Amino acid sequence: MTFEGLAFQALDGLASASSLFFVAAGLSLIFGVTRIVNLAHGSLYMLGTYIAVTLVTAMGGAGDAFGFWSGVLAAALIAGVIGAAIEVVLLRRIYVAPELFQLLATFALMLIVNDATLWLWGPEDLLGPRAPGLSGAIEILGREMPSYDAFLIVVAPAVLGLLYVVFARTRFGALVRAATQDREMLGALGVNQALLFTAVFALGSVLAGLGGALQVAREPANLGMDLSVITDAFVVVVVGGMGSIVGSYVAALLIAEVKALCIGIGVVGFAGFAVNFSKLTLVAEFLVMAIVLIARPHGLFGRAQVAVRGAAEAEAEMEAPIRPASRALALFGLAVFGALLLLPFSARAFPYALVLGVDVLIAVLFAASLHFIMGPGGMASFGHAAYFGLGAYGAALLVKWFAAPMGLALAAAPVAAALGALLFGWFSVRLSGVYLAMLTLAFAQIVWSIVFQWQEVTGGSNGVLGIWPSAPFDRLAAYYLLTLLVVAVGVWLLRRILFAPFGYAMRAGRDSPLRAEAIGIDVKRVHWLAFALAGTVCGVAGGIFAFAKGSISPETISIGRSIDGLVMVLLGGVGTLSGPLVGASVFAVLQDFVMQETEYWHALLGGIILVLVLAFPSGLVGAFLRLTRRRRFL
Amino acid sequence: MNGLIVSSLSKSFGAVRAVDNVSFSVDGGEFLALIGPNGAGKSTCFNLINGQLVPDAGSVRFGGRDIAGSPARKICRCGIARTFQIAATFASMTVAENVQMALIAHEREIYRLWRRANSFHRQHALELLRRVGMHEAADRPCRELAYGDVKRVELAIALAGEPRLLLMDEPTAGMAPRERRELIALVKALIVERGIAVLFTEHSMDVVFAFADRIIVMARGRLIADGDARTVRNDPRVQQVYFGTGRIAERSGSAA
Repeated sequence: MTFEGLAFQALDGLASASSLFFVAAGLSLIFGVTRIVNLAHGSLYMLGTYIAVTLVTAMGGAGDAFGFWSGVLAAALIAGVIGAAIEVVLLRRIYVAPELFQLLATFALMLIVNDATLWLWGPEDLLGPRAPGLSGAIEILGREMPSYDAFLIVVAPAVLGLLYVVFARTRFGALVRAATQDREMLGALGVNQALLFTAVFALGSVLAGLGGALQVAREPANLGMDLSVITDAFVVVVVGGMGSIVGSYVAALLIAEVKALCIGIGVVGFAGFAVNFSKLTLVAEFLVMAIVLIARPHGLFGRAQVAVRGAAEAEAEMEAPIRPASRALALFGLAVFGALLLLPFSARAFPYALVLGVDVLIAVLFAASLHFIMGPGGMASFGHAAYFGLGAYGAALLVKWFAAPMGLALAAAPVAAALGALLFGWFSVRLSGVYLAMLTLAFAQIVWSIVFQWQEVTGGSNGVLGIWPSAPFDRLAAYYLLTLLVVAVGVWLLRRILFAPFGYAMRAGRDSPLRAEAIGIDVKRVHWLAFALAGTVCGVAGGIFAFAKGSISPETISIGRSIDGLVMVLLGGVGTLSGPLVGASVFAVLQDFVMQETEYWHALLGGIILVLVLAFPSGLVGAFLRLTRRRRFL
Repeated sequence: MNGLIVSSLSKSFGAVRAVDNVSFSVDGGEFLALIGPNGAGKSTCFNLINGQLVPDAGSVRFGGRDIAGSPARKICRCGIARTFQIAATFASMTVAENVQMALIAHEREIYRLWRRANSFHRQHALELLRRVGMHEAADRPCRELAYGDVKRVELAIALAGEPRLLLMDEPTAGMAPRERRELIALVKALIVERGIAVLFTEHSMDVVFAFADRIIVMARGRLIADGDARTVRNDPRVQQVYFGTGRIAERSGSAA
């Protein structure tokens, strides 16, 4: 690779940093002021592109410069209006809710917007017209660069400058900066917070919409844009430091450049091995994030966030001391277990019951292991699927390459997951809150991309096929019973540990790290081991899953699965011990039925989640407890 | 020598010398008050002793070992317990479980995975709670308690580690006058019966002069007086600092 080639790739990186910067800046701005981590921010970006395609096409397409640019701007503004509407209708109700609920609500919103887009624009990718006057190419360093890309390189610093002036010079900017530091103090000074929040949300949405609208001449509008851009934008915001606009720009550049250079370098011979750097692009941004977070836990330009006082109280309010199961509950638990044991007898009448049963049980173990670190440990992992996937692949690869018997493969699943969890957990427990969530997500993505790209070993996107259980478990009923047994033991063990000194030490570290350290508890180590334990149990679920399905693909490690886990835990109620079991069951059944009933199951699921978040903020079990006024029951 | 010996301790934040060459000692069974106006460097001094901050220079010796800059959990193992300015307890546990947790940690049993935690050291925890007058609330969630009661629970937690030295950062902050006197009287009684040394910072002068065996006074990072109540009260430099009319207040620069 020549120097010119590398420099050209670097310029290309600048162009792709541009849109990413717009989205990330909006996300960061909104987080700084409202403290909402808005997962639906990527939806506004996607809407920006779709609206721009429609408007620009309607206003004359590629032939009309005025039509093109006014269409792009109008799309950004419409995204802003939609953002403001979302803030007024939904987010305003959840500002004092615990952080995780806000995440869940905005995730639901993302699902709904995605299906609304599907309904309005259809499933096909839509190609927009090229930008008038910028459809050609200019020659740089002996290569052709699309003029539009050159334009994008210029436009991002221009917007950054504009934002800087707004924040440094205007009253609105001063208010935003003040709110970022201490929004309650600002409220005490008599500033209308509701109006400020709406305005900030609208501005952030305009930026996202603009980022999307500018993409109109670069890539076709498609329904995967929201998730892919929000993941990238999160990485950028976390690397730059939450709440810092300049940080967003620097991080967007950094990541885009690293990616571009990976492509530019290509295959390099290294100590006898051929290392293909271009394969690193999928994982590059997450590697950058992991490195930055380990070195600077609050990102490049970030500072430790002042806790929002109201929210902290809301969170503390939720959890009562844990009690051993009452007689009634223990009997109820036994009854449920007994009923599940008898389920195979209903197989003739409901042949689907056992398949669903296995799915639900796997979900239960997955959710229970996530809850273990998320609830009592206070560590919201956004990448729990990594350990599920490590378990599943650990078992499947053993079968594929060494023809291991099922028993050995199932035993290897938790070992593989435990190794991963020990490694990733060691770094993750050094952070907290959103940063921890993002680092766990980064690790999960790294695992995903390794599995996805290491085709020779893992089968790449095709996955591993033909992982069938051996006799007598090749009969569904027998496999169901095995699953039931393993899951019951797993859940019971986790519960037992929560009541033991280790579980208490975990909660002690969550409740008050200061106090815990002062009485001699090594909080990081306790949380690290808890993380590893949760990963191990999750790996068991993954192993069971592999043999239940007969084949696995990188989907087992996807972000979607991690998010599913979060939804299950929050649905049941993170502050209760039985919550994740109920949440996982409800979610798994719901997903199954809703998926069959409608093409818009995402939206329906989102709607259900929203209702739950707004009506039952402490989860299903929490709501039940409140209803029965017997909080000590479970 | 069994007590705490602080020698030539210094810590700067940028250009500000928050703690400037401070030396003093606390003997076993002594109730020592550290006072001074806001910004005198009391909290910094405290955080240097308890390991939250690492000193730029000087040493903190306890039981013959230099503990300056050790992490809090190591310092606690040396026999130093502490209470916080804003009481820190485990909100999701009951009062008794809070103390049991401290006992479990003290006995190095936190990695046990099987037996129920609330069956560990229950009797011992109840005894400690009785000593601070909180045994009747033993099974209530800690988050439901009034603030004054939380402070008592915190004291019981601190005692669980069988400390030889107790560091109390503004133990009575946020309490009503009667609660204050009661809490300090309780601490004083504990000192007498257990031979614990206590170093505390305090803003309420009536509490300090009524109970402390000895008082050390800080101003602008320096130690300006060390003695019993009468000596300190009559010290002209202390009067100057507290009435704010003297030369010291006119000097440029301020201490954190």
